[in-house]
Amino acid sequence: MEWLTMSQWSPYAVGAGIGVLSCLAFFLSNKPLGASTAFARTSGMIEKLCRGNKTLEKAYYKKFKPTIDWEWMLVIGIIVGSFISSHLSGEFQMFAVPEVWRQAAGDSFFLRWLVSLAGGIMLGFGARWAGGCTSGHGISGTLQLAVSSWIAACCFFIGGIATAMIVFRILLAS
Amino acid sequence: MLKNIHSQKRVQLLFGFLIGIVFGFLLQKGGVTDYNVIMGQLLLEDFTVVKIMLTAIVVGMIGVRILITFNLAELHPKPGSVGSSLVGGLIFGVGFALLGYCPGTVAGAFGQGALDALLGGIAGMLIGAGLFAALYTRLEASILHKGDFGTKTIPELLKVNPWIVIAVATPLIIALLIWIETAGL
Repeated sequence: MEWLTMSQWSPYAVGAGIGVLSCLAFFLSNKPLGASTAFARTSGMIEKLCRGNKTLEKAYYKKFKPTIDWEWMLVIGIIVGSFISSHLSGEFQMFAVPEVWRQAAGDSFFLRWLVSLAGGIMLGFGARWAGGCTSGHGISGTLQLAVSSWIAACCFFIGGIATAMIVFRILLAS
Repeated sequence: MLKNIHSQKRVQLLFGFLIGIVFGFLLQKGGVTDYNVIMGQLLLEDFTVVKIMLTAIVVGMIGVRILITFNLAELHPKPGSVGSSLVGGLIFGVGFALLGYCPGTVAGAFGQGALDALLGGIAGMLIGAGLFAALYTRLEASILHKGDFGTKTIPELLKVNPWIVIAVATPLIIALLIWIETAGL
């Protein structure tokens, strides 16, 4: 069982595993793997706590009801699965500023938090705008050969690479 | 039998959770719940993310198509348009690079102890998704359906058998992966 405690597996083994898992999700649950609607539903649940049932009148929450569903449980499962994996390999570690960011922008958690919050907002906004994320479009949609998903997935990386280059090669390089 | 399993709500919630655990486990073992690995990809220094995604696409593309051939699964392609897939995709990309995680891996990153993933990423995503819900009616009326192409798949667009697309795409993706390996990326 040594493979369970290894810190990293070959990306091809992991990719093949995710491909098989996608098939399993289609077979057992009639669902493609995806993550971003869970965040929209949670956001709706929080809003419902604050504003009450008026929240449910929003057109978007009629389409994506703010309740716990299959995909919501999947995202909770991702947290648990990653915890188990990192715990088994001894890689689990609490930290606030990741290494590549620290080298480029310094130790300040406040700065990292501001940028990650801005990134999170755009990610949540963009994922719902595009109707999916790196899992829902990038893996599940592309493997179904959906036109929308191939376009979205390419744009995720075009936008991501351009932004990363501007931030790390220009703004933080000096 | 399958329809019966699909309609059992509690069983499905459990399946979602269990499949999520395996997904999170694989993402962590692949290294993609790590900010440094994702930024390595976006800075074109480390191609782990692309290797995992392309391998998953090849295996899943063939596997799901086999299931469909035997009537054991059905496709759920997402609808799209220039206004939604392209514009939304680019906004997502900017967020992807600023955060250094995506919606699935941000959950996995939190699971392995990344506090920026929780306090910045997850908190921000909830705000961003809420913001989108608030603007949804206006965006839907103006931009989301510009250049609509519906739930079309590539084989439908080209009017060919899906296996033909798979037979062309698979060697192309494998060749790309071999090229990435030989380039040492």
